[in-house]
Amino acid sequence: MIIKTANLNLYYDKFQALKNVNLSIKENLITGIIGPSGCGKSTLLRVFNRMNDLIKNVKITGSILIDKKDIYSPVYDLILLRKNVGMVFQRPNAFPISIFDNVAYGPRVWGISDKKTLIEIVERSLAAVDLFDSIKDRLKDSALSLSAEKKQRLCIARLLAVEPQILLMDEPCSALDPIATGKIEELMIELKKKYTIIIVTHNMQQAARIADDVGFMLLGELIEFASAKKIFTNPLDKRTFEYISGRFG
Amino acid sequence: MKDKIAEKLLLFIAFSAILSLLLITFFIFQQGIPLIFKVGLSNFFSTHWAPTRGNFGILSMIIGSLMVTAGALVVGIPFGLACAIFLAEFSSPPIQKTLKPIIELLAGIPSVVYGFIGIVILVPFIREHFGGPGFSVLAASIILGIMILPTIVSISYDALLAVPNTYREGSYAVGATKWQTVVMLLLPAARSGIVAGIILGMGRAIGETMAVIMIAGNALKIPHSMLDSVRTLTSTLALELGYATGDHRAALFACGSFLFLIIILLNIIAIKITGRK
Repeated sequence: MIIKTANLNLYYDKFQALKNVNLSIKENLITGIIGPSGCGKSTLLRVFNRMNDLIKNVKITGSILIDKKDIYSPVYDLILLRKNVGMVFQRPNAFPISIFDNVAYGPRVWGISDKKTLIEIVERSLAAVDLFDSIKDRLKDSALSLSAEKKQRLCIARLLAVEPQILLMDEPCSALDPIATGKIEELMIELKKKYTIIIVTHNMQQAARIADDVGFMLLGELIEFASAKKIFTNPLDKRTFEYISGRFG
Repeated sequence: MKDKIAEKLLLFIAFSAILSLLLITFFIFQQGIPLIFKVGLSNFFSTHWAPTRGNFGILSMIIGSLMVTAGALVVGIPFGLACAIFLAEFSSPPIQKTLKPIIELLAGIPSVVYGFIGIVILVPFIREHFGGPGFSVLAASIILGIMILPTIVSISYDALLAVPNTYREGSYAVGATKWQTVVMLLLPAARSGIVAGIILGMGRAIGETMAVIMIAGNALKIPHSMLDSVRTLTSTLALELGYATGDHRAALFACGSFLFLIIILLNIIAIKITGRK
């Protein structure tokens, strides 16, 4: 168990976005979080790398342990947390700099300036997302010239370059077409050998295709958390059943 | 019918603004350029300026203008950028709402007031602490540096704000600190806007007249240090046009043409840079 939350509550001002969430996420699996829009699934994801810290008036109670350490404790190194827990966003946010500089960005942040080491890291990271062969001749081009799918791969490569343990993915395929989505899904299955992946998706088929464990959220509550097989074939809660059978959401 | 009249009237007014620009351009060049051909480029770009005796060299003024402008940039860029970065990235909305208008207010202070402050405070300070006459490149640079701050700050600030938030999140997501994000990502991403702001500030510094006349000393020689006094192209125009006649007057218009070209060029560069996004 790599991530564990206990009695997690989160408030935006007076609005409670997460209600008493208890879950355990296992290592080297893909955990999918599903639920209708506004159920708090993205908020939950952003708890794990403290991205919610950027928003004003957020209050969090309860505990969130990663590797048995409380990530919200005042002595926890936030910067190190963000390195260990990478995040892929809905819209591929490739930076407006060269492809090489995009991947080298993280290592440079962490103080690596040796050209040889950087080249090595960039090549390894791009290869890990199956991007190196197709763009190795244009590493100096602007990353904005890539297609949406390749941009998303590049964003994942940028994270891998700082060697995280956990990858958070916030609807990483919502800006992609079905073929590109399929390719990113294959990549995720490949990546779970080395990384723990948590993916938020509004697309139930996607969760069914790639997730090992699935959590279903509704109005800030984690209604049910179990193996994907169980959730999609034999859910315990009536609301889960209604959601996966398409009654609402 | 009424619509038609209004449309024609507005068209006429719009064109009259452009027309006045064209007339000014034409007039300046028509008055100045013939002299350059008459005395030759080598005379015009020499260092000897004695327009009543046939010497029309403006080189020392060009160097004066360039030195003062470069000095203004040395003062204005670090302060302006620091201010824009603080406002856009590190301050809270209430601070932004108070500070930004105050900085923009700097642009509304008449230049003679800047000159006055220069004479009363800066010039004596430089004379006492660094030597020389006080009326100097240094004094003019500092005052001009402050005068171009609003331009640099507000354009750089807008450029930083225009950088999408997803870039910031992406940067934090690999563990970058706020400062690393600013230096490694936001400044490069906002580069075109920032450079445009600097170039527009530069145009303002080259064109500034009153404050420079009051504090630069206006000595007609090539300055050897920051503490020497200088005379700029604009100062020469303002100081001498009142009594100049004949070729002298034409030479001043030639100066004006040269200045005009530089400023048009700077503006074109600024527009090109901001347009290329």
